[in-house]
Amino acid sequence: MAKIIVVTSGKGGVGKTTSSAAIATGLALQGHKTVVVDFDVGLRNLDLIMGCERRVVYDFVNVINKEATLNQALIKDKRTDGLFILPASQTRDKDALTMEGVQTVLDDLSKDFEFIICDSPAGIEQGAQMALYFADEAIVVTNPEVSSVRDSDRILGILQSKSMRAEQGKNVKEHLLLTRYNPDRVATAEMLSVADVEEILAVPLVGVIPESEAVLKASNQGAPVILDQESNAGQAYTDAVRRLLGETVEYRFIEAQKKGFFKRLLGGK
Amino acid sequence: MGIFDYLLKKGKPNTAAVAKERLQIIVAHERRKRTEPDYLPMMQQEILEVIRKYVQIADDQVSVQLEDSDDCSVLELNITLPE
Ligand SMILES: Nc1ncnc2c1ncn2[C@@H]1O[C@H](COP(=O)(O)OP(=O)(O)OP(=O)(O)O)[C@@H](O)[C@H]1O
Ligand SMILES: [Mg+2]
Repeated sequence: MAKIIVVTSGKGGVGKTTSSAAIATGLALQGHKTVVVDFDVGLRNLDLIMGCERRVVYDFVNVINKEATLNQALIKDKRTDGLFILPASQTRDKDALTMEGVQTVLDDLSKDFEFIICDSPAGIEQGAQMALYFADEAIVVTNPEVSSVRDSDRILGILQSKSMRAEQGKNVKEHLLLTRYNPDRVATAEMLSVADVEEILAVPLVGVIPESEAVLKASNQGAPVILDQESNAGQAYTDAVRRLLGETVEYRFIEAQKKGFFKRLLGGK
Repeated sequence: MGIFDYLLKKGKPNTAAVAKERLQIIVAHERRKRTEPDYLPMMQQEILEVIRKYVQIADDQVSVQLEDSDDCSVLELNITLPE
């Protein structure tokens, strides 16, 4: 039986796809057979971030409609062993994913994989609800910014009322993943701190990913940023994956860099 | 940060604290709304109608809230009467 983890946020553009790709890769690197599923129907992008866009033949909707088998649609990652991608469909039909169809596919994947990572579309409507419905756990991606935090709370409300586990009177285990964090701006009181967001949402923290140029570089190249272990963001994702697996890992990259007086005077970064 | 920012920094408002306070209020409000029983809006409407038999008040002059404390729920009814 696989563990199904949805990566969700409510607000768009906060780093769900970046995080899904990194976390799925991280889990596979730790030896857990993992599949990452793109639920963003019509806006397929996970394939680009994973660098497999030219190998997409069939997609999630083809499998649901029995136009292809699961094995035909799954793309085996070329860099990381034990990692597979199920791409989203490019159809404009918003109802292409049916509840029964999704359930059948997830059940089939469950037989073969340890982890199923679901990359949710933005919003709190049908698409996002479909992505989280079958989840055992949820990673709520949040930026330290007012509208993102509020939307995270809205998606928490949906997880607690509209998921399958909620309907069965059980909880979906929640994890807070704070991304695009800028410790320097937190130090100058321009940005909400990790502690602030934790206190407002009251969800256990699984990781803090710093704002990093490495993320754009990684997406340009189609290699999940976790593979760039030189970068802060890559290391922070590795820490988050280890915490997800139950380890206790100290937080890094959450303190402002101490700058010397002269550097500050000259405006050094 | 250059020298000017550095000198100006003293007078800078703490915008993160403002954000935090606003979020705490709105999140608490929205969470309460999510968990309140379905009958609450209807009940509020009926209470409003009863009061209007006697005093003219606007919709927003009645507020009904359900607060959960340890071993009981408290229904808090707030009615502001005109002068
Ligand atoms: N830690 C980070 N540092 C810098 N840029 C980041 C970071 N995380 C994400 N980004 C950038 O933010 C943008 C949005 O990221 P991403 O596509 O992962 O978000 P999303 O939540 O999946 O968006 P959507 O809601 O559209 O699906 C991208 O340009 C990405 O490169
Ligand atoms: Mg996305």
